[in-house]
Amino acid sequence: MEQQKDAVTLGMWLFLATEIMFFGGMFCAYLIYRNWYPNEFAAGSRSIDLILGTVNTAVLICSSLTVALSVRAAQMGKRMLLVGLLILTMLFGLAFLGIKGKEWYDKYKEHHVPGASFDASDIAREYPQIPIDESHEQIFFSLYFAMTGLHALHMIIGLGIFTWLTVMAWKGRYGPEYHAPIEIGGLYWHFVDIVWIYLFPLLYLIDRKPLK
Amino acid sequence: MSEHIIPAKTYYTIWVLLLILTGLTAWVATIDLGPLNTVVALVIASSKALIVVLFFMHVKYTSEKMTKVVIVSALFWLVILLALSMVDYGTRHFS
Repeated sequence: MEQQKDAVTLGMWLFLATEIMFFGGMFCAYLIYRNWYPNEFAAGSRSIDLILGTVNTAVLICSSLTVALSVRAAQMGKRMLLVGLLILTMLFGLAFLGIKGKEWYDKYKEHHVPGASFDASDIAREYPQIPIDESHEQIFFSLYFAMTGLHALHMIIGLGIFTWLTVMAWKGRYGPEYHAPIEIGGLYWHFVDIVWIYLFPLLYLIDRKPLK
Repeated sequence: MSEHIIPAKTYYTIWVLLLILTGLTAWVATIDLGPLNTVVALVIASSKALIVVLFFMHVKYTSEKMTKVVIVSALFWLVILLALSMVDYGTRHFS
């Protein structure tokens, strides 16, 4: 059993390595465009809600704590604690998606979604010190939506995995002898948290200094 | 089972540390450090990622060396992707 668990964990890490490359492509696109259009990235970043972004980061960190504690609950064979922590994790996950949805809706209302009705003149007006080009500003928001969207998709998949884990935990399938699914489901959740840990400064904190 | 059960206190400590670092990175972004702002933000993010990997993802406690090999390889590939792309774009001369 011990060896099986090691093999399962290693397999999960191999999957996460492919996920790093999957997200890596987006981070690479981000890096190149941020170098080309630093002003548009700075102004675009300022227009995103810092408070909501920070709160969402904290929400995800709390969910990672409950995941870590749920692995511990499984190791100790505490079934009800495990079920409770898994449900709590999903509530944090849903709260994250709710806040994220609110941010997207705000962007939609402000015409900051790339496309025919895109309009960044409000950003140009608000930060006259930062000269921007509308079409380059669209690239920032394209990356913003693609990166947070791909991350949110991973969150939704994570919620699906955790729903299944909760049902199985409720049925008493996991205990001190067997809890590899909790462990690797947890690894996935923590990985998605780490992606956000990078997305937060790269999207929200590009340029928050007082403007001269 | 020889499996290591990590004390809950360790998890709570890491959790508090992650929240403090989140507040710190949001606060320090409002101070003008010139080009260092990005560096500081990435150093804090990487510190957060590191303690998540080591403690929450149990890499610090694993006896399986292959896990560490996989992680280091993945980071190495990521560096190849990012660094070689930047070498390419950085040395092109756009008119």
